Amino acid sequence: MKILVCISKAPDTTAKIAFKDNNTAFDENNVQYIVNPYDEWYALVRALELKETLGGTVTTVSVGGADMEAIIRKAFAIGADDGVRIDAEPTDAFFVAEQIAAYAKQGGFDLIMAGKETINYNGSSLGGMLAELMDMPYVSMATKLDVAGSTATIECDIDGGTEVLECDFPLVISAAKGMAEARIPNMRGIMAARTKALNVIPAVAADKLTEVKSYTLAQGRTTCKMIDAENAGSLIEMLHNEAKVI
Amino acid sequence: MSILVYTEVSKGKIKKASLEAVNYAAQIAAKTGTSATAIIINAGETSLDDLGKAGASKVLHVANASINTSDSQVLTRILNHAAEAEGSSIVIFSNDLTAKAVAPRLAARMKAGFVPGAVDYPNTDGAFTVNKNVFSGKAIATYQVNSAKKVISLLPNSFQVKTDGAAVAASNFDVPADFLASRIKVKEVKRETNELSLPEAELVVSAGRGMKGPENWGMIEDLAKQLGAATACSRPVSDIGWRPHHEHVGQTGIAIRPNLYIAVGISGAIQHLAGVNGSKTIVVINKDPEAPFFKAADYGIVGDAFEVVPKLIEAVKKFKASQN
Repeated sequence: MKILVCISKAPDTTAKIAFKDNNTAFDENNVQYIVNPYDEWYALVRALELKETLGGTVTTVSVGGADMEAIIRKAFAIGADDGVRIDAEPTDAFFVAEQIAAYAKQGGFDLIMAGKETINYNGSSLGGMLAELMDMPYVSMATKLDVAGSTATIECDIDGGTEVLECDFPLVISAAKGMAEARIPNMRGIMAARTKALNVIPAVAADKLTEVKSYTLAQGRTTCKMIDAENAGSLIEMLHNEAKVI
Repeated sequence: MSILVYTEVSKGKIKKASLEAVNYAAQIAAKTGTSATAIIINAGETSLDDLGKAGASKVLHVANASINTSDSQVLTRILNHAAEAEGSSIVIFSNDLTAKAVAPRLAARMKAGFVPGAVDYPNTDGAFTVNKNVFSGKAIATYQVNSAKKVISLLPNSFQVKTDGAAVAASNFDVPADFLASRIKVKEVKRETNELSLPEAELVVSAGRGMKGPENWGMIEDLAKQLGAATACSRPVSDIGWRPHHEHVGQTGIAIRPNLYIAVGISGAIQHLAGVNGSKTIVVINKDPEAPFFKAADYGIVGDAFEVVPKLIEAVKKFKASQN
């Protein structure tokens, strides 16, 4: 079984979010990058678990500059066999999907996995776009994945519940919470990560359908009205009369 | 040349989020001198009047029991076909679970610029731009869509739903049989019928480790029930199995933006705030006056949940009685 896992980088979840160049670019000053949690905890770790029980290989693919390589080595340390970096600035999800599709079409992968979204752009777009460009079935927000032979059984969230789906390879899956537990790389993994193959390939021409023109920080709340615990019930009147939410 | 908007039925009614998306499409249509066409698949006996009332000038009903609505590939073929038939260069979704699977596929199929989770109306004077939350709600980005075709999915609960227009008769929209080929088999559907869908809920009562154990959730559920709210929880609580994963709200769980979010015994870590800071009103109940969540709240009560929550339940009961 050949599995491809799409890996993106994201600012650490506690990073202070700020912008520069007149609010047109993310300020990377003092920002620590991590593997996007959904890509790592759920997609990559589940891919590795499947490989460990059923055999096969796990390859990672990322679109980005040389600074992406620390992120890819982290995926190697957790257990990925090898990785590909497509050398281009990831401008939007469609651009990234076109790059990965161009690579993956030649790879003969049975299963292509991505996290359900990145925590910086929150688009949930890559998996669906990739599946369409590769003409493959796609299951988004999968919370469970099992494989028997060349058939995947997937559980995913639907409106007000869950459903269990079955699909033969090849297919694309986006992974959500529940699929696997985070893994901490051990020393052996970290040592091995240094020697695993990280192939850099050039980007293909792709359309730039969208671009971010500017950013603004979300407005915080100005004041918190404190209510005495003894008199907690008065909150309900306030929610009705002032906030008008009930 | 209309704007196509994808809509769904849930529990015998057009979904509220779908009506919101129709409102949104109709508003953009009015601004750009066109009209909104709603499309719905297998609505059965459900009345489609609300789609017209929400602003659709035309309603397309695709009635075909062979459609596997769990397969994004099938839905993409159908919507692409409808967009071509209607000459739609803009397709609108509500950013729900279906949209997350189908909208990016359709965008790739149409070579359309895609903005997932828009929070505002697009600016259509000159360049087409629309705002969307980024960095898990910590910032807003203005996206410019450069392509002629556009797919926008609207973050649910961004606008008040209006259904003050006139109903229009739905017309049947047929799809070619070869669109229905599906490689995905649905083995089982588990619906928790009694529960409110968390992403769509207007009121949410959420609790964290301050509840001390799963056996104490009765009062949280009771408060939610009295308010007609959905229940949610913080990450540690779902990680240790006190509550199911699908209730986890936060950066790595689900992001919600209800009208009212009541957080009980949740300290308010930055990752949790990222999932809820779009809520219109936030109430925080915590016995620690230094809990960071108070800084992100509209109303705060410093006190023991085990004393405060029962008082709230009583107050809601009294309030409801006074409203009748």
